[in-house]
Amino acid sequence: MASNIYDTFVASVTQWIHNGLYHLLPPFWALLVELTIIGLVFLLFYALVGLFLVYAERKVCAFMQNRVGPNRVGFYGIFQTIADFIKLLMKELVVIKNSDKLLFTLAPFIVIIASFMAIAAIPFAKGLHAIDFDIGILYVIAVSSLGVVGVLLAGWSSNNKYSLIGAMRSGAQIISYELSVGMSLLTIIILAGTMQFSELVQGQEYGWFIFKGHIPAIIAFLVFLVASTAETNRGPFDLAEAESELTAGFHTEYSGIKFAFFFLAEYMNMFIVASIGATVFLGGWMPFHVWGWSGFNQVMDYIPPSIWYIGKTGFIIFLMMWFKWTFPRLRIDQLLNLEWKYLLPINLFNILLMAFIVLMGWHF
Amino acid sequence: MDLEKLKERVLTLVPEAEFEENKQFVTFFVPAGKLHVTTMRLKDDEDTAFDYLFCQSGTDMGKYLMVVYHLESTKLGHAIVLKVKTEDRENPAFDTVCDIWRTAEFHEREIFDLLGIRFNNHPDLRRLFLDENWVGYPLRKDYKDEVNIVEF
Amino acid sequence: MKEVIHTPVPSVEEEEYHINMGPQHPSTHGVLRLVVTLQGEIVMKLKPHCGYIHRGMEKMCEKDTYPQIIHLTDRMDYLSMHINNHAVCLLVENALQIEVPERVKYIRTIMDELCRIQSHQLWWASFGMDLGGLTCFFYGLRDREKILDIWEESTGARFLQSYYTPGGLMWDIHPDFQKHTKEFLKYFKKKIRDYEKILSGNVIFRERSRNIGLMTKEEAISYGVTGPSGRGSGWSCDVRKHHPYALYDKVEFKEILYQEGDTLARYMVRMDEMYESMHIIEQLIDNIPEGDFSAKMKAVIKLPAGEYYQRVESARGDLGIYCISDGNKTPYRMKFRTPSFSNLSILDHISRNLKIADLVAIGGSLDLVIPDIDR
Repeated sequence: MASNIYDTFVASVTQWIHNGLYHLLPPFWALLVELTIIGLVFLLFYALVGLFLVYAERKVCAFMQNRVGPNRVGFYGIFQTIADFIKLLMKELVVIKNSDKLLFTLAPFIVIIASFMAIAAIPFAKGLHAIDFDIGILYVIAVSSLGVVGVLLAGWSSNNKYSLIGAMRSGAQIISYELSVGMSLLTIIILAGTMQFSELVQGQEYGWFIFKGHIPAIIAFLVFLVASTAETNRGPFDLAEAESELTAGFHTEYSGIKFAFFFLAEYMNMFIVASIGATVFLGGWMPFHVWGWSGFNQVMDYIPPSIWYIGKTGFIIFLMMWFKWTFPRLRIDQLLNLEWKYLLPINLFNILLMAFIVLMGWHF
Repeated sequence: MDLEKLKERVLTLVPEAEFEENKQFVTFFVPAGKLHVTTMRLKDDEDTAFDYLFCQSGTDMGKYLMVVYHLESTKLGHAIVLKVKTEDRENPAFDTVCDIWRTAEFHEREIFDLLGIRFNNHPDLRRLFLDENWVGYPLRKDYKDEVNIVEF
Repeated sequence: MKEVIHTPVPSVEEEEYHINMGPQHPSTHGVLRLVVTLQGEIVMKLKPHCGYIHRGMEKMCEKDTYPQIIHLTDRMDYLSMHINNHAVCLLVENALQIEVPERVKYIRTIMDELCRIQSHQLWWASFGMDLGGLTCFFYGLRDREKILDIWEESTGARFLQSYYTPGGLMWDIHPDFQKHTKEFLKYFKKKIRDYEKILSGNVIFRERSRNIGLMTKEEAISYGVTGPSGRGSGWSCDVRKHHPYALYDKVEFKEILYQEGDTLARYMVRMDEMYESMHIIEQLIDNIPEGDFSAKMKAVIKLPAGEYYQRVESARGDLGIYCISDGNKTPYRMKFRTPSFSNLSILDHISRNLKIADLVAIGGSLDLVIPDIDR
């Protein structure tokens, strides 16, 4: 069974903090302190993951391009991104004449808040959740698409035509690909019969959904990979930035920390979609189990669930980086064709197929 | 077509052209008024078929301003040089050939920019390299620029 | 009281807007400015504004001697520096009717073809980058570095070569030149497969470039679009074939022609030309004859009075030099007919009614070098 030492460790630590706080403080204040702790932990986690992903991307991209990548600041350049971040913090915030000042300032916050909210529902290990909604997937899809509002506002308020073109492209793109992401997740929801993340993971105890649902699940996973890459505005779908066409697209006019927000949000969005992909298709933090092989399963249980989770998420993130550094960019009409003429029909058919397979009980 | 025949063919097409001796290419001086008709005929005639203007350059020859057209036929492989000149230094103008060879549009803008030769009926005759409010035409021999050109 | 101004309702045409691409823009590869009129994302028309790097080279030539002019031509099309130098050298040699030693012809032909390969490599690198494939950029530059190393050894320069002089070469090649060139050919034959895997065979790339920027053969001739761009439209315009110089009448090579006239065809021409250039070098590299590296030249070179025209095939197309000499040691008038200048003129025509992303692809496929336009 999955209730191993690591789960009990997490549970006992949280229980210990909880009991301690309620012992020391009146309940209202104890709750407030707990909320603050969780908020701070997430903030820290957010920053660390962002920094690490930027570093990872630079190393992966260097690997693909026959380069060394950052190797000066710290051991193998691991502090490079921290140095970059400090640089961005200290840079001047250029104020654009004739721009809509309020919206211009607001836009990066909207983008970053959207990604911050989505992180809350992701299970990192058993019980390591901020919130476990029973409509977890729906919530994440809804919240992560709020980011497009920020991108649109950023492009519009910059008073720059390049930004505006970039923002409009991004709007069209995210709204289209949202459909495919939702539909491909829906395929798995049919199989799992739940939208709650904890139950989704629990349902994959003996066989991840990508194996359980065989053909339609694999199709759904591929569609999810493509669509989620597009939804995060990453290459080959980085039309909103398209530096060779629009210089930097919607964030052309941003500088300093405001630019850093967009930058960080892009990486966090990648992390979020990779997490969802890992959780829904590859079993999240659930170790690799085979029905009946109890010895093998026990060995697998010795690897902590968060390592499983990080490994699977990292695998999807690596795939997305691989896409970015090997493919040329699509054009806007090809991008929309791909979604509306190929991915969406495939998806709709795939849902039917999955429903049929579930009805017939052909899944594992 | 060999050079002698080419010369005769051009002279039958354009009797006013003056042949110039001892040149690398078959070279003609064409009267400025006849330029457009001449080039048109040279391009359309099947024996000459000069469809490729591979160089168009303007020159200040001191006494007169000159525009040189290097023409080649991609089908027949022969080449010819046409020249037009004007002694009017104040307001030199020739007919444009950019309706015949589209590449002339940029070349003529360059010549206008650097030598001040105007081309009638040119669709977009503006300076190409220099500022709109630049004074003078640098490639003319009498151009003086005490700041940018150092005399030895 | 304030006067009330009635703004008229804009018609469809007035909804067009302009954006400036350049003079500082990632995809203009230099200081070219394109004023693009757009409707949404569709290019209605564009106007190139040149002159940001105009150095008045033709005026400078009127003050310089012929050996000095060679050093100016490096700065024209900085990616076909050897070939530009070659044009001036041939002009002077043909005017003075000097026969250069065989060894010089061999070395010049090899250097020209190496130059063409490195130019196409850099073009491939930046074209990939224009289309969003950043990895291409590093692949291309990595391999181009090998050629620069070979040059550095023999000519002493990596970029602005000025290796040819009227009558021959500055100095002889390095003893290892042949060995290193052969090593490079062996290396690059493997690496060019990578080029084809990462870009030529990619579905996205082919979809992005097929049927984009269509140029018929007639248009190419009329606009004077030469070089690989013209040959992509099926126009046989290779100066090396039609007006051979150096050893091009002795070596065996194909003139690459594609009939489609789109961005993909122009791309394929350049890819195939790299193979052809390697083929030319292979025929010559083992047979470089012994001998002088320069003909005997007078200390002061004066061309007889008259007019001279010299054409060579640079990596971008038909490079012509028109020279009027009055018998002095400096030319009376020097005109450079540069290929990029004419190639730029068709950009407006072939990118109309396409998306702005296509404009970037077309601009990349024409392989414009801005100092070559401005001179």
